[in-house]
Amino acid sequence: MEHSIMEKQRKSSAVRLYFHYISIQIRCMMQYKKSFIMTTLGQFLASFNAFVGIYFMFRRFHSIAGYTYGDVLLCFSLISMEFSLSECAARGFDRFSSLVRQGTFDRILTRPRNEILQVLGNNFELTRLGRMVQAIIILFYGISQADIDWSFMKVITVVITILCGAAVFSGIFLINAALCFFTLEGLEVVNIFTDGARQYGEYPIDVYGKRMVKFCTFIIPYALVQLYPVKYLTGRSDSLLYALIPLAALLFLLPCYALWRYGVRKYKSSGS
Amino acid sequence: MEKLKKYVSFLRLRFAMGLQYRTAAFAGIATQFAWGFMEIMVFHAFNSSAPDAFPMGFGQLASYIWMQQAFLALFMTWFMENEIFDSIMDGNICYELCRPIDIYDLWFARSVATRTSRALLRCVPILLVAFFLPEPYGMMLPLDITTFVCFLAAMLLAMTVTIATCMLVYMLSFFTVSPQGLKLVFAMTAEILQGTVIPLPFFPPRVQRIMELLPFASMENVPLRIYSGHISGGEAAKAMLLQVFWIVVLITVGKLICRRAMKKVTLQGG
Repeated sequence: MEHSIMEKQRKSSAVRLYFHYISIQIRCMMQYKKSFIMTTLGQFLASFNAFVGIYFMFRRFHSIAGYTYGDVLLCFSLISMEFSLSECAARGFDRFSSLVRQGTFDRILTRPRNEILQVLGNNFELTRLGRMVQAIIILFYGISQADIDWSFMKVITVVITILCGAAVFSGIFLINAALCFFTLEGLEVVNIFTDGARQYGEYPIDVYGKRMVKFCTFIIPYALVQLYPVKYLTGRSDSLLYALIPLAALLFLLPCYALWRYGVRKYKSSGS
Repeated sequence: MEKLKKYVSFLRLRFAMGLQYRTAAFAGIATQFAWGFMEIMVFHAFNSSAPDAFPMGFGQLASYIWMQQAFLALFMTWFMENEIFDSIMDGNICYELCRPIDIYDLWFARSVATRTSRALLRCVPILLVAFFLPEPYGMMLPLDITTFVCFLAAMLLAMTVTIATCMLVYMLSFFTVSPQGLKLVFAMTAEILQGTVIPLPFFPPRVQRIMELLPFASMENVPLRIYSGHISGGEAAKAMLLQVFWIVVLITVGKLICRRAMKKVTLQGG
C-alpha cells in the first residue's frame, strides 16, 4: 500500500521535473528573442517548401498512383504531426552522442531518476513548439482537403494513428541514441529513417513500390501509421483491421527499448 | 603571386583535413543513395499518371537527381562552416583577424576546399552505381564532349555562386548575436528557389521565368540541366553569363559588407 503511494508520488514528480526542465529551457531561449523569431521563420519555410513542392506537382499532374491532392495532403499532415509530436518528446536523443563522448552521461546515471527522462529534459528546444503549431495547422488543412466521410471510428483512427506514429518516430530516435553506446557517434544513416521518412512520407508509401510497403509494414512500421489508416479514412477500405492497425506499430518500441537497456548495461563510460 | 600562394597552401591544408572523414563520407553516401532513390520513385509515379505533363525526359530527370546527390556538397547552401559561426560567436575570430590575410578571401578559400574535398570523396561511388542502374532510373552519359565541358564549367561557376552567397550570411553574422536563425532562413529560401525541392522546369512557366533570373537559379540548376541535356546552345550560354554576373555582384557586395563589419567588429566571449 505504502509502496504504491510512493510510486505514485514518484511518477507525478517525474512529470513535474520534466516540465521544470522545459521551463528552464524556455526562459533560456527567450534571452535571444530575435534569433528565436528567425529560427521559427526558418522552420516555417521548411514546411512551406514541402507544401509548395506538392502543390506545384499536383498543378501539373493532378494525381499520383491513383491518389488525389487531398489524399497526399492527408498523408503529409499525418506524418508531420507524428514527427513533430515525437520531436517534442524525444528529439533530445539527437545530441545524445555528445553526452556520451563528454562523459556527461555518467553524471546522469548517478542520479536516482530515470535516465531517459533526464536526457530528454536536458534538451528541449522551444522552436519545436513552433513546429508543433505548424503541424497542427497543416493537419487541419490536410484533413479539410481530404475527402473523408466522417464517422466516430474515423476520428478514433486519426487519433491513434498520430499517437502511434509519434511512438514509431520516438523508437527510431531511441535506437539512434542507443547506438551511440557502441559507436560514440550518432549515425548519419539513421537520418534516412527520421528526416527521410518525414520528407518522403508526404506521399502514400505504395508510391515507392511493393517492396517498400513490405519493409514499412514488417520492419519499420511506417505503413501502419500512414498507408493503411489513410486507406481506411479515404474510404478505399472498410476493414476494421486497417482502422486499428496503427496500434500494432507500438510493438516496434519493444526492440528499441531492449537495445537501449542493453546499451546502458554495457556502457563503460568515456570522455574525461 | 606571393599572396596567392598563401591561399593555395591554406586550401591544401583544408582539403587534406576534409579527406580524413572517410566513415562520415561512407554514411553520407548511403544516405544520399536512399534520398536519390526515393526522389526518383516519386517522379516515376507522377510520370506514369500523366506522362504528357512531364516537362523533361525521364532519363534527363534521373541524371539530374543522381548528379545532384553526387555533388550535393558543392551546391547545398546549408553546408556552411559551423566553425566560422562559432568563431564569430565565441570571439575566437580575433586570432584570424590578427593574421595579415583578408578574411573574406581566407574564408572563401576555406569553403572551396571543404566543399570540393567532400564532393570528391562522395561522388565517385554514387556516380558509379548510378551509371549501372537499369533504364530509365540510372544516369545517362552526357550527349557529347561539348556538353560535358560546358557542364564542368557551369559546375565551377555554380559552386562559386553558392559560396559567394554563403559568404553574405557569414558577413551578416557579424551584426547579430546568434546566426543560426539567419542561416536557416537563408538555407530554406535557397532550397526552394534553386530547385532542390522540385527542379525548376516543374514550376509553371511564368513562375519559372522569374525564378531563373534570381541568383539562386545560378546554383545547381544550371550545371544539372546542362548535363542532362535539358538546356543547351544559346540557352546554356545565357545561363552561364548570368552566373558570371551574379558572381561579380555577390562578391562585390560581400566584400563591401566585410569592410563595414571589420570597421565596427566587436569581439564577443572571452
